Order: sequence, then C-alpha cells, then structure tokens
Amino acid sequence: MIEHFNIIILVLMIITAIISLQVKDLLSASMIFGIYSFLICLLWAEMGAVDVAFTEAAVGAGVSAVFLIATVYNTKRRSSD
Amino acid sequence: MREFIENFVQPHFNYWAYVIIMMIGLWALIAKRNLIKKLIGMSIFQTAIILFYVSLGVKDGATIPIAPHHVAGDHADAHDSEHAESHDDHKAHPKPVADDYSNPLPHVLMLTAIVVGVATLGVALAVSQSLFKDFGTLEEDEILEQIKSGDYYD
Repeated sequence: MIEHFNIIILVLMIITAIISLQVKDLLSASMIFGIYSFLICLLWAEMGAVDVAFTEAAVGAGVSAVFLIATVYNTKRRSSD
Repeated sequence: MREFIENFVQPHFNYWAYVIIMMIGLWALIAKRNLIKKLIGMSIFQTAIILFYVSLGVKDGATIPIAPHHVAGDHADAHDSEHAESHDDHKAHPKPVADDYSNPLPHVLMLTAIVVGVATLGVALAVSQSLFKDFGTLEEDEILEQIKSGDYYD
C-alpha cells in the first residue's frame, strides 16, 4: 500500500516540476514550485525521514516560495519561455 | 517488458524518479532563458540529489529512527541488586534492533543540504534583482546583448 503512495507522489512531483518550468507566468511558477516542495515533504514523511520532512516544509516550501514571490514582485512577472 | 518493469523499475522507483527529476533540473539550467526559471531548475536539481541520499537510508519494514521510551539498559542499572527482576525487564523490553529503524545518517547530512540550498537560492535571487535594476530585464539573452553592445554603463 505504502509503495503505491510512493509512486503516486513521485509521478505528481515529476508533473509539477515540468509544469512549474513550462508556465509563462512567474508567479504561477513560484506557487507550483511550492506545491512541488510540499509533495516532496510528504514523500519524506512517508520514507521515515521526519526531521527532513519538517525542515523541508518550513524552509523549502515556506521560505523559498516567499523569496521567489518577493523577487517576482520587485521585477517583471512575465517570462519569455 | 512487463518482467523488466516488475523486477527492475517498480522496486527501485525512487532512483528512476531521482534521475528523471535531476535531468529536468539540468535541462532548466541549460535551456531556460529567464533567470528565475533557471533558479527554480537549480532548486529542483538540489531536491533530486537529496531524494537520492534519503532513499539510501530506507529499509523494508523499518520505522522512523526514534528509540522507544523503555529501552533495555535503562532499568537494568537501577535494579542491579534484584537480578530476577532485571532479567524480567530484559524479556519485556528487548534491545532495539538496527534493522527496525531507517538509517538516520543520510537524513542528518541532507538537513544541512536543504538549509544551504535555501541560502544559495536567496543570494541568487538577490543578485538577479540587482541585475534587473541595472539592465531592466531578467532574460539572459537580452542581458548578454546589452553587455555586447556596450551601452550598460549608463
């Protein structure tokens, strides 16, 4: 059962990684990257690495997403590719 | 083909996904022109490497690496005079076996890697904001064009 959970999360991670790199709007790209970080946090909780999981939830998903959104706010929102 | 998937892909799916995600990040670093997209690709690359290391510590049927409250040895010293009772304690709470817990060493190493990754992302975003102030754009090809034409000293 837990192996199926693992595979579902990994496939969703690959999908969100590709979407966040392909979308033209940089704010959407930052938010989808936040979703990617929370998915990998779920994966680590499932793999038994709880300390890595809550560090990722606080630092990876929270602070990285805030940094990216602040940069997009100070610069342009559209991307050419 | 079906045998290949059942024997080779499904039991090691973490490693296959690690390779795929790492190559997605490398492709973004090379092929994307926007600097923010490049930095998102760099973060994806870093998480792929962390995924590889955490996958090394996983064992079948293992739980999280936290010892239970009553481990053997806690009571053995306290009840040293009462040999019979301490023997019973050993039976009730057997010594923890390493195979029951996933390996915590890669977790601790990767905890550092996550924090370093966020620090590099923050510095890189600050540098790209400063580049935007100087050049008015975040596209790599436009910045290179302005540097080549030499009109960035205004």
